[in-house]
Amino acid sequence: MPRVLLIEDDPAVREGVELGLRRRGHDVRSAATGEAGLAALDDFRPDLLLLDLMLPGMNGVQVCRRVREDSQLPIIMLTARGDDFDMIVGLEAGADDYIVKPARPDVIEARIRAVLRRIEFTGADRPTVETHGDLTVDRAGLTVTKAGQRIALAPSELKLLLHLTAAPDQVFSRQQLLEHVWEHSYHADARLVDACVRRLRNKIEDDSGAPRYVQTLRGFGYRFGPL
Amino acid sequence: MRAFGLRTRLVLAFLLVAVVGAGTTAALTYREARTALLKTAQDTAVSSFREQVQLNTFTFPSDVGNLEANLRDIARKGKPRPWIVFAEYGTLRASSGTSPVSGVITPGLRRAALSNPRGAFERVVKDGVPYLTIAMPTVFRAGQHSALPLGLVVYAVMRMSDEQINVDALLTAARDGALPGLAVALLPGLLAARSVLRPVRELHRAARSMGSGKLDTRIEVRGKDELADLAHTFNESAANLEHSVKELRRAEARARRFASDVSHELRTPLAGMLAVTEVLDEDAGHLDSDTARAVRLISAETGKLAVLVEDLIEISRFDARAAELNTDELDAAEAIRKTLVNRHWTDGRIVPELPEGIRVRLDPRRFDVVVANLVGNALRHGAAPVAVRLRSETGSDGTPVLITEVADSGPGIAPDVLPHIFDRFYKADAARTRSAGSGLGLAIAAENVRLHGGRIRAGNRPEGGAVFTVEIPLFTEGATE
Repeated sequence: MPRVLLIEDDPAVREGVELGLRRRGHDVRSAATGEAGLAALDDFRPDLLLLDLMLPGMNGVQVCRRVREDSQLPIIMLTARGDDFDMIVGLEAGADDYIVKPARPDVIEARIRAVLRRIEFTGADRPTVETHGDLTVDRAGLTVTKAGQRIALAPSELKLLLHLTAAPDQVFSRQQLLEHVWEHSYHADARLVDACVRRLRNKIEDDSGAPRYVQTLRGFGYRFGPL
Repeated sequence: MRAFGLRTRLVLAFLLVAVVGAGTTAALTYREARTALLKTAQDTAVSSFREQVQLNTFTFPSDVGNLEANLRDIARKGKPRPWIVFAEYGTLRASSGTSPVSGVITPGLRRAALSNPRGAFERVVKDGVPYLTIAMPTVFRAGQHSALPLGLVVYAVMRMSDEQINVDALLTAARDGALPGLAVALLPGLLAARSVLRPVRELHRAARSMGSGKLDTRIEVRGKDELADLAHTFNESAANLEHSVKELRRAEARARRFASDVSHELRTPLAGMLAVTEVLDEDAGHLDSDTARAVRLISAETGKLAVLVEDLIEISRFDARAAELNTDELDAAEAIRKTLVNRHWTDGRIVPELPEGIRVRLDPRRFDVVVANLVGNALRHGAAPVAVRLRSETGSDGTPVLITEVADSGPGIAPDVLPHIFDRFYKADAARTRSAGSGLGLAIAAENVRLHGGRIRAGNRPEGGAVFTVEIPLFTEGATE
């Protein structure tokens, strides 16, 4: 079972979520502040970070940026519906997904599983390593290099790229990506996709203002290539 | 009724006063002048005629030739104008003119002449020409105080044309003076009307401006007359109204903020409680039956409370106009199909009629809420089968719209309920204290539709059952990537 680090300032929520997840078999450690949470990272070595955005002192967005400086640890934000601005900033800072509070443990667990799930490598007749322009995608090793340089991608970015490159030139609507990459409902917030695309472009494109690899089709969605 | 405006009535009143004033003055002046003019001419004529008659010695009994000579002598000395002199004695007739008898001497004058030794006179108009007729009986002076009539009556007939011309000139002068006077009176009339009407117009403008919601409208108070009082009263009332409305709005804002604050405060403890409901549900089986029921009750109600609080927060966001539209372009049929699948409404109770290929730009999450709330409401308060239909058409203002219809097969909506169907917490059935929903579902659906610039209607189908119709512009403008 995955090891989950929970950073949440409200004691009732912290205790409730910890209790609920532990009952489902997760190894949970919790921290009340961002500073305490960051300090617990090295010691606890979690598989996933559950991060409340509204924290006293160092806030959730700052914690998220700090983690992303040297780690591709999966991060799920805990947010209240309507705190749109914080959510967008959190996604830009590198969070992979979000959960709207209040949420039941089954919903939280489903999100955790979705983020941790590997993209199934389908089609045995295809090579595991593909090259698209300067990009080399290794589907088995889950690594991406650009001109020989290894690119560190967060889980959501990697899954999005793998999904798009599995069918180059095919257009995926944002709703389809929400369903297949994030396992969200069709009606979930598509800004999750947009934020992830922006982050991915910043890492793989030569000029993220004029993307070659992940292209936008206005009114329809995104596609990989054609190069 | 308003046959004449205030301005017309004021000017007419002014004119009427001016007409009466000028007319009366002119009439009085004319009458006095005319009387004076005629009296002077008349007095001169009568006294000079009397003198002439007395000075003349009429031979008696006279022969006609001698008499006519006498008459001609008198006629020559006529004052202020020549006159024609007639004499009558019994059947004898004589005159200084060509005809021995005058046509303007009336029987009344003849009688008066016989009864009054000092003579009589009369004004006669014949064929439009005014005449002064004077009758003077000749007398024999018997002593200092007695005179005997001789039976001979001398008449003088004088044309008064010159006097008439003078009188006519007077009349013309009076008229010519009165008419410009009236014209001049029109000017102050208009000015007065303007000075009255300007405040009235301002009041009119101000009242209309207040009516359109500009409660800070005030009128400039000029002078100290009744209209200034009116303006002052208007300003006072407006200030009071503005104050009351502000107070009401503040109270409303406070109430809304309170509801929003309460909801937000409830959210955090609920998040903690909701996280442990699963633990309660799982372990309830190991508890004794009363405790187990209590625990399950708490778990179930916590879930409902969480939904209610989220709905309240959603509503307060609409009230605070903080609700945002995150639009995306998608296939309408697919969006509705996903809504039905996500809610597990795939068991035949719902009959979707969803034509493919209608592209629409809207907020997917909000559209999902609208469809889910309408279908949920139809299943709870109506009856299956519930038809969900989709079509696009041109709206009343010419823009293409997406029509979504949710029709159930229940008893329909009572007419007295229909106007309140989208009200918050409206209970169609007073006996039912709490429905399975939060009581905010239709209100939230309506707010979401309005946010899209669309319309929502509720009604009953002729064949029975309620029908909700949502009309959303195919291309809603909104924040998008």
